[in-house]
Order: sequence, then C-alpha cells, then structure tokens
Amino acid sequence: MNRRSAAAITAAAVAGYAFLYAPLAVVVIFSFNDSKINAEWVGFTTAWYAKLMRNAAMLTAAGNSLLIALVTSLAATTLGTMAGFALHRRPGRVLPVLVFAPIAMPEILMGVALLMFFVLINLTLGLLSITLAHIAFCIGYVAIVVRSRLAGSDESLVEAARDCGATPWLAFRHVTLPLILPGVIAGALMAFTLSIDDFVITFFTAGATASTLPLQIYSMVKTTVTPEVNAISTLLLLLTLVLITAAAKIAPGILSFSE
Amino acid sequence: MALLEIQNVTRRFGTMTAVDGVSLSIEAGEFFTLLGPSGCGKTSLLRMIAGFDAPDNGGANSGTNRDTSRGRIVLDGQDLTGVPPERRPVRTVFQSYALFPHMTVAANVAFPLKMAHTSADAIAGKVKEALADVQLTSLAMRFPHELSGGQRQRVAIARALVTHPTMMLLDEPLAALDAKLREQLQIELINLQKEVGITFIYVTHDQSEALALSHRIAVMNQGRIEQLDEPSKLYSFPANRFVADFLGQCNILDGTVAARDGNRCTFELTRIGPITVAVEDGMAVGARGALALRPEKVSISAAGPQYGAQDRSQSTASGAGGADENHLRGRVTDFLYSGDVTLYVIELASGQRLEALRANSAPGRTRFLEVGDTVDVAWRFDAGHFIRE
Amino acid sequence: MTAAAASLVQRRSIPLVRVGLLVRGLPALYLWIFFALPCLLMVLASLRVAGEFGGLAPLFSESGRLNLTVASYGELFSTFIYFELFLKSLLYALITTVVCLALAYPLALAIVRAGKTWRDLLLLLVILPFWSNFLIRVYAWMIILGPDWVMTRGLNAVRGWFGAEPTTLMFSPIAVIIVLVYVHLPFMVLPLYANLEKHDPALIDAAQDLGANARQRFRHITWPLSLPGVFAGSALVFIPAFGIFAVPDLVGGTNGIMIGNVIKQQFLETRNWPFGSVLSLVLTVVALACTALAARAARPRREAP
Repeated sequence: MNRRSAAAITAAAVAGYAFLYAPLAVVVIFSFNDSKINAEWVGFTTAWYAKLMRNAAMLTAAGNSLLIALVTSLAATTLGTMAGFALHRRPGRVLPVLVFAPIAMPEILMGVALLMFFVLINLTLGLLSITLAHIAFCIGYVAIVVRSRLAGSDESLVEAARDCGATPWLAFRHVTLPLILPGVIAGALMAFTLSIDDFVITFFTAGATASTLPLQIYSMVKTTVTPEVNAISTLLLLLTLVLITAAAKIAPGILSFSE
Repeated sequence: MALLEIQNVTRRFGTMTAVDGVSLSIEAGEFFTLLGPSGCGKTSLLRMIAGFDAPDNGGANSGTNRDTSRGRIVLDGQDLTGVPPERRPVRTVFQSYALFPHMTVAANVAFPLKMAHTSADAIAGKVKEALADVQLTSLAMRFPHELSGGQRQRVAIARALVTHPTMMLLDEPLAALDAKLREQLQIELINLQKEVGITFIYVTHDQSEALALSHRIAVMNQGRIEQLDEPSKLYSFPANRFVADFLGQCNILDGTVAARDGNRCTFELTRIGPITVAVEDGMAVGARGALALRPEKVSISAAGPQYGAQDRSQSTASGAGGADENHLRGRVTDFLYSGDVTLYVIELASGQRLEALRANSAPGRTRFLEVGDTVDVAWRFDAGHFIRE
Repeated sequence: MTAAAASLVQRRSIPLVRVGLLVRGLPALYLWIFFALPCLLMVLASLRVAGEFGGLAPLFSESGRLNLTVASYGELFSTFIYFELFLKSLLYALITTVVCLALAYPLALAIVRAGKTWRDLLLLLVILPFWSNFLIRVYAWMIILGPDWVMTRGLNAVRGWFGAEPTTLMFSPIAVIIVLVYVHLPFMVLPLYANLEKHDPALIDAAQDLGANARQRFRHITWPLSLPGVFAGSALVFIPAFGIFAVPDLVGGTNGIMIGNVIKQQFLETRNWPFGSVLSLVLTVVALACTALAARAARPRREAP
C-alpha cells in the first residue's frame, strides 16, 4: 500500500464524508438563521423552534409519530425476535421470503398493496393502518439482527446449561436471552427509528386525515418552505443521532448488516 | 455391577453410521478413555451418554426383535432412555469449555447448584470448595474472556465437579492447549480423578494422552470398538493392525507360521525369510498373520566386517528350536533425531522398511549412524506380538 | 458436537416442538396477512376492472360472472409513454447505481484501511445519515440546488460567459440523479465495506511480492473478490431507486418524473387502481429481473491465466 494511493484514498474518503454531511449541516445551520429564506446567513435566532412549538399540526404529527413508533417497535421486536430464532434454527423456504421481501422490494409496492388491502377489508385509513404497515416492514430488520446475533453465539453454551441441570426454558432464560439481549434492544431501537422516519409506506396508508412527522414535513416542503422545516429536521436528526448511537453502542457491528 | 452399561448402541446420520452396535461396561471410579481417529464415533457415543443425542431404535440387528435389539444406556441400574440431559447425574466438560461469557467464574461454577435449587449459603460454600480443588480461588470474580486457556479449562472442570456427579464426561478437553500446558494438566487430571474418585469417561484422538491417563482404553474405529483393555496390554498385545498402528509406532511384518516346536515358532516373513517368534494363541502351522514389533525393541548396530557382504537374513539358527535373537541386514535410509531418542528407518534387502528406535543416552558422545550405512538389526524372539488375519 | 446432532435433540422433546411452532408461526402469520396477502390481492387487482368512482369494480358483476380483464395490461403495453417512462426510470436508477459505486468504493476502502480504533467511528458516521429521515436529506439538496445558492449561481455565471440563458438546477433530471445518489450512497457503502473487510491482506502482499503494481493488484485481486459486495450494494441502490417517487416529486419538475410518480398518481389521484397495480407489478418484475441478471454477471469468475 504505497503512500500515493493511500493519500488518494484518504482524499476520496474525506470528500465522501463531506458530501454526506455538508447538506445536513446546511439544514441545521439555517434552522438558526434569522431569515425566512434559506439563502444567506442573516443572524442567529431560535425563533423558528419557538414557532414550531406553537404549530398545532406539527405537534399532533409528532405525537402520532411517537405513538406509532412505540407500538411498532414493541410489536416488530417481539415478532422479529421470534422470526430471527426460527430463521436460525430451520430457515425453510417460505419464511425467509416472507421476512425479507418487504425489505428488498421497492417501498411503493408495499405502500399501494396495503392501501388496496385496507380499503378492501374496510379498515379506515389512519393511525392503525399506518402502524400495521410499519410493523410488517420492520419485522425483517429485527429478524436480521437477532439471527446474526444467534449465528455468532456458541451452540455448546445451551448444551452446557442443560448439562448443568437447566431445563430448556431455564437454559433459554439464563444463557440465550442475556446473550442476544443487546441484539434485541438494538433491533428495537432500529425499528423505532425506521418507523419515525418512514415516508413512502406511511404516505399511502395514512388516508386523508392522519399525519405523521414525515408527512407533515413533506406537505410543508411542497407548499410553504420556511426554516420551520429546518428546525423540525434538526430535531429529528438529533433524535436519530441519539437512538442510533445508543443502538451502535449496545450491539456494535449489527447496524452495518455485515454478514 | 458395572456403573455404566452401554448395550448394543447404534447411531446413524443418514447413510453414515457413526456408532455401530457398540457394547461396553465401565466400572465405578475408573478413568476410562474412548480413543480413536476423527470420525470414529467416540464423540457421538459420548453425546449419547450425556443425553444430547439418543441411540437409534434397533441395534446392529435391526429388523429382528425390535425390543431387545434396541440400544440402551444404563447408568447405575437405571435405563437412561428418554431422560433429558438436565436430569442425568452426568456432567460434561466440553471441548470448547462452553463457559457462560456473561457470568463470572464463580457464577459459572454455581450454575448447576442454582439449577438444583440449592440454598444460597450452601452454594457459596460448594463453589469455594470446587474452585479450591482446581486451584482457581483467586480468580472467582473474573470473566471467562479474561482467563487463559488453561484457566478456562479448570473452570469448566470445577463447574462439572461441583455437584459431585456420578460420572464426568470429558470431550478432548486438552486439545486446544499447547504441549507443555497439556502435560501439566494431564498430571493434574490424573491426581484430581484419584482424589475425587468420580468415574471419568475421556474422549481423545491422542494416543499418548490416552496411554498416560487411563485405567482402560476402548480403541474405536468407524463406529466399532477394535479393542478394549488396559493401556499396557493394548500397547504390547494389539489385537489387530489398526490398534497396533494407532498406538505408538509399530513395525508390521506379514508372514506365515512355518513350524512350531515347544515354546517357539518359525515364522516365515514374506519376501524376507524365516525368523523365530514366541508361541501365542492362534499360531497353528500354516496360519497367516503379521508380527507387530515395536521399534524400541529393535536394536541397531553398524554391520561389522565379520558379517560379510551378504544381505540375506541370518537367523543364528534356522527352523525350530532356534536361538534367542533374530538378525536382519539392511541399509539406513532415514533417521529422525528427537533429542532423547533417534528413530532409524532401515531398508531391507526385500525393499521393505523396518523402524528401530535407539536411545541417545550412552555415556560420552553418541555415535550416530548415517544414511547409507549398512546395519544389523536384531530383536529378541519374544519381543513381537502375533496378529492373526 | 455437530450442528446436525444438536438440532436432532430438539426433535425428540415434544414441548419444544410446540414452542417452535408458535415462534415460527406467529411472525409468519402476521406477514402472510399484512404482506403476502396484499401482494396477491394486487395481482388480482391488476386483472380487475376499474370502479366507476375510482378504486375497483365489484369482483362479480350483477349477472354473477367474474369481472376480470386484461385491459389494464393492454393499456400499458400499447401506450408508448409508459414504456418510455420505464426506460427513463431504469436509466436513472442505473446511473445512480454506477455513481454510487464510484463514490462508495474509495470510501469503503478508506474505512477498511483505517485502524481498528477509527473504523467503528467512521462506520457510525456513514450510518447516521443513512438512518436520518429521508425527506430531510432531500430537503437539504433543495436548498443547495436552489436559485440563490452557490451551485446554481456558479453554473449560471459560467453559462453567462458563453452567453447562455440562466437556468435552474432544480426541477430537472440532474437534480433527481444528484439527490438519488445522495440518498442511496450509504446503502452502497455498507455491503461493500462488509465484503472488503473480509479480504485477507496477505493476498495483496502476495500479489505485490509477485510483481503486481497497484492498478494490477486492484484489477486482479481486490475488484474480483469484492464483486459479491458490489452486487449486494448495487441491488440495495437500484431496486429502491427504480421505484422511487418522492425525489422526482420534489426536485424533478415535469422533466424528471419517474414511473413511481405515475403509480402514485394512479392510486391517489386518477384512482385507476387496476392500472396502478399493473404498473407496480411490472415495476417489481423488471427490478427483480435486472437484479437477477446482474447477479449472474457478478458471480466471481475464474480468471484465466
């Protein structure tokens, strides 16, 4: 690895990171800009955040997003952990497709398919339909994480526990569970983040009245663009930062899906 | 009555037969070893004793009376069929140690006691005792990843011993350790077993380890037991070629029994000539077989001028009633120097090879033989063992 | 000791089997209901007749006959504009994939070559934008590509030199591509990194020892070994990019629309659900077909001497 190619790679990497973060930095910085348009820097202000807090529609949307994300996270983590176990023990042909296809295919397909489905079964589109949709596509992510966690653990540990007198349930409780718990928690955090940030599937399954944060941002961006959008974006970025850093600290490596 | 009885146990995985109608019994207090190459079935058998697997229905004669031919494992008079691992009074030391990484050493050792609903006070006392037995008292609060291989091994043993099981199963526990550490732990294991008095069933592919540790060894190959006996008997009187070859080094010389007189036989070695051997069972005139001859029993010396240039074997007597030693002439083609001994490979006139082991312990400087030297090899007539075909 | 032996233990204890069924069955049931079934219904919907006021007409007409038709498929294959849109979307997705690959490869290489201590941090830095809200990332570029910013101003300045009219970067195919690349870049980095991380450094050393220069080492060793990662990353970029609608909707203007926009329109505005279903199904089939083709191409080939 000679110095010239090393320098070239480093330069490319720095450029890459700059490319990734510069736009986000712009959004954050201009959320504090004392000007209605995102053009030039005028002065520092937190007025946009204050305005945000008084925006009833935004607050409702935020509340909805949080509620949906919470329920989704709980349900998807439970079902996803089960799926992860099943995939680890005996994948079979059908289960992997069921679990991973929602992740692999274009989101729009799932969005419109669920839209038609909910209408056909006469389910009013709203928070419930959104939640049901979110759970469906989050299960796969949690399953991947749990499965890779199980794959990395030592099979003989469960045998050793049983050899020491533990019934299958006790072996699970004292040995398997503590070992996969970091993966499960990280999966839960991931599901929460995915739910809060989802746009496409939510767009189709929300119906006319329900609103979530991404949907709210979308309508704001399409109609009146003020730095309020920057403000809410910054807050969301902060939330994501906290959640994902926590997940990465609890179970390092799983977030990159390295398998 | 034997402590453990294995009756006609068979285990097949698809088309592969891992264990083929094995029967044996193990006495209480024994250090019993299952020895054999990879894939011989020793680990499969061990897992069936532990309860992680079960014998197939129907033993070696499946198809006939199913009930009586079904393999069974009986411990202390109790049939273990259907008994799950957690209810067997048997403890396993795994090859990978299988220490719970999220628990301290003390918690690991306490685990079986916890599963048996022992009171907290009693647990503390017993854990202390077990750790003292393996000299690990100071490491009680450490986690497995902070320990060396040898230390982890001892924790695994302590965990297995803490509930004073009827029997302990050890699956190649020393395989992952380096040679020096392995030697040290072998001695510790022997002493531990003597002290605690628990029956050990040990699995290994290392024949020197088996010879050193065991009261009795079952040599296994392709799912069957080739020979079961004390180490010295296995070594000196192997029952077949496999056992002779597997334990230590062995010269195996094919031949036919030519004549028999009193306590000696004339054994005609194929393409070499007649030699004198001691009479053993199965040596009828005309019987075909092989002589198993250990290299350390073969002496080697430079051929002096008085022997002349002949390459034919020279028994100092021919036929029955011969003398005490057999002599052959050959040429050194190779040698392996090992510090304390040297193994010489000699090529005989017939082209066959013979190995001789010579200690390098003669006083003064040892004179080594060189490749190409003409040498005389000799052994006592009763030094070998006849293996019947 | 073998996995086969271990799994056989489960077979012989009855209670475990019941638990196993539940553990397997519950998620499977949920996904059957809320994923597989809707998809199957969509296939059916593509053959149904559009309802009078949008949506779907009843499955059984008054006379009791099955109300199915392939008219929607016919409409797709007989109208050139949709074919054109599919091709355009394919092209955009392909360009996005290639650009992402070009940008992601050096990035992934840099992360792999960084020391152990730096790697986790660098990975986290790549992951964070990936997990942040997709709309925020699009919005950021809406600002940057806007008429008051450096890029557009600079571009127009250059155009001014050549006497051309000022133009806007926004609401154009270029904007769509830029944003698509930006949004999908982390998807390419992560699988590439996962693959490159597993490369044995001794192989590069051996190649160097045998006389290969940097370019040769990359071409004959690193690149072929990285193909599975390249493929995985490409699939993760191509498939979503192909079907996307939000990006063209926000920054594409009238020139930059993709097939995803049409699908959205059919379902939410025109409400011609059968036709929308047809478009969605064809979209999925094409995406999967392209991926399958690429999979064959990306198989590690044996290099001839």
